[in-house]
Amino acid sequence: MNERAASRRRRGLIENAQAYLFLVPAIVFLGLFKILPALYAVYISLFRWDVVQGAFRGLDNYFDILWQNTTRSQAFWQSLSTTVTYALITVPVEMALALVVAYVLFQKLRGRGIYRTIYYLPYVTSTVAAATVFLWVFHPQYGIANQLLGLVGISGLKWFQEPDGVFQMLGNALGVAVPEWAAGPSLALVGVAIFTIWHFLGFQILIFLGGLGNIPVEYYEAARLDGASQLQLFRRITLPLLSPQIFFVFTIASIGVLRAFNEIFVLTNGGPLDTTRTVTQLLFKTFFQQGQIGLGSAMGVLLTIIILAFTLIQFRILGRRVEYG
Amino acid sequence: MNTPQVLPRVLTRQVRPRVPAIGSSLFKHLMLIIVGVVVAYPFYFMVTSAFKEFFEATAVPPTFFPTSWHPENYAEVWSKQPWARFFANTFFIAGTSVLGEIVIAVLAGYAFAQMNFRGKNVLFALFLATYMMPGEATLIPNFVMMSKAPPGVNPLFPIPRLNLYDTYAAQILPFLASAFSVFLLRQQFLAIPRELRDAALIDGAGHLRFLWSVVLPISVPALVTVAILSFYASWNSFQWPFIITSSEAVRPVQVGLYAFQAEAGSHYHLLMAAASFVVAPIVLLYLVGQRYLVQGVARTGIRG
Repeated sequence: MNERAASRRRRGLIENAQAYLFLVPAIVFLGLFKILPALYAVYISLFRWDVVQGAFRGLDNYFDILWQNTTRSQAFWQSLSTTVTYALITVPVEMALALVVAYVLFQKLRGRGIYRTIYYLPYVTSTVAAATVFLWVFHPQYGIANQLLGLVGISGLKWFQEPDGVFQMLGNALGVAVPEWAAGPSLALVGVAIFTIWHFLGFQILIFLGGLGNIPVEYYEAARLDGASQLQLFRRITLPLLSPQIFFVFTIASIGVLRAFNEIFVLTNGGPLDTTRTVTQLLFKTFFQQGQIGLGSAMGVLLTIIILAFTLIQFRILGRRVEYG
Repeated sequence: MNTPQVLPRVLTRQVRPRVPAIGSSLFKHLMLIIVGVVVAYPFYFMVTSAFKEFFEATAVPPTFFPTSWHPENYAEVWSKQPWARFFANTFFIAGTSVLGEIVIAVLAGYAFAQMNFRGKNVLFALFLATYMMPGEATLIPNFVMMSKAPPGVNPLFPIPRLNLYDTYAAQILPFLASAFSVFLLRQQFLAIPRELRDAALIDGAGHLRFLWSVVLPISVPALVTVAILSFYASWNSFQWPFIITSSEAVRPVQVGLYAFQAEAGSHYHLLMAAASFVVAPIVLLYLVGQRYLVQGVARTGIRG
């Protein structure tokens, strides 16, 4: 009996040792490039750190960013407002469009495969290459976008070089004076939003298609027997049963917009007149172009907190349906 | 289909559509085609413009179809920058990252799925935490770690310096371990019955042997999914290589393309030629491995 227990314990020890051997590479690399850096980010943010590490400042970097230093805090709050605007003009349009396309695409239809292949294509394309192409499609002089708009009498839009707000431009065109606070997002930011929608539409269609596949057909059949109309089917069955995907896509898209860097960097580099300088762009400018690593790191920590909040909400609400084993 | 499912369970199987039809099918096709044209137009534009000659490329209004074809544009672009070097760099970086990531994730995923050990739950929670940590949190510290320590500064708690600025290693090492791949493979390995493993162990095979000759062969689709997603991420990455490299010797294609923008100036036809060959490999991979990529994205919900 005793011998048996001892042998079992020995086998347990061996299994433990083996398991950790299997895990060592993952632990080392995750620790070195994910966990430690996350701690260092906080550490760096507590110092004056302009290229080289300077004096300990406590939380002063955060105070500077949030309210103490006028220039810094104005830039930060401005970038946060730009990010929120960017999200507000991107996410709803993107989701509505994806939902409609997915709904149509889900039905029995010839050539569904071809449509899907085309719709997913932008999603796999590299942001830098795609943004380079967009710069030319929306070129003020040579771009095809302005040529097409010219057919309906709109001409001379400067797109990614236009700092003026879209409502202000609309007002000017109609001869109405628009107050400054209602100028709206700059046309450049709208351009960035158009790019983002184009880039991620396929991803959202894909998720919605998966969700539509999970809705039992019997529900539709039963409702139709009861005389429900098409619109009622969509509103009473599809939308509610698709709500997990809708919510999932909403959080993923919001996080994606909060984190968007490459597209804005290539399309506008934060300009014109800082109207597309989102938090990630401001962070990059502070850290990489101005060499203020401590301040940049503090911004990174703030941004991370915002993103983590979104992630946690997402996990929480989807939690019931998530399986971690 | 035994591909695993990692995060939200809601995103599973795609069933044959049997939803009632709306509208006539002509109207639906019309709508899908319009969306398709808008989505695909930039690609068409990129490829055709690359064949135009300079004056036609900047003509107002633009021509829809090149009046004369100039495939030599590609040769011209190719000779303007060391593209062969950039491509070799990218393939090397992506290939090494994919291989390393798979080996590490297979081992860790197997341990989490099929082995019993102390601290399993705590460790798993820690992995999950790194998965949620966005890249913005680690960008600056990783940059500091990769670069050289400036002379003359002696802080109480110095950040360790790896001194790898402008190397391949700096572009590979941070991406070798991915909690995401570990989860994906763990989920796949959980589906393997424990009886099978116990039988193998009783027959005298070790864990490594069982993993190699039983688990891996039946997990090929999941491994392909991990490989494709990882290759895709590596091929398209821009921000990190942009800040961590400075010489052409280790520069990947995306940074090369960005640098070429400044050089090409208003020679947009050349820029489009460059963009098309930077995009080509990943589009080919997509067309060949669409099934795996789509499954991977659908099951895990990653967004670029």
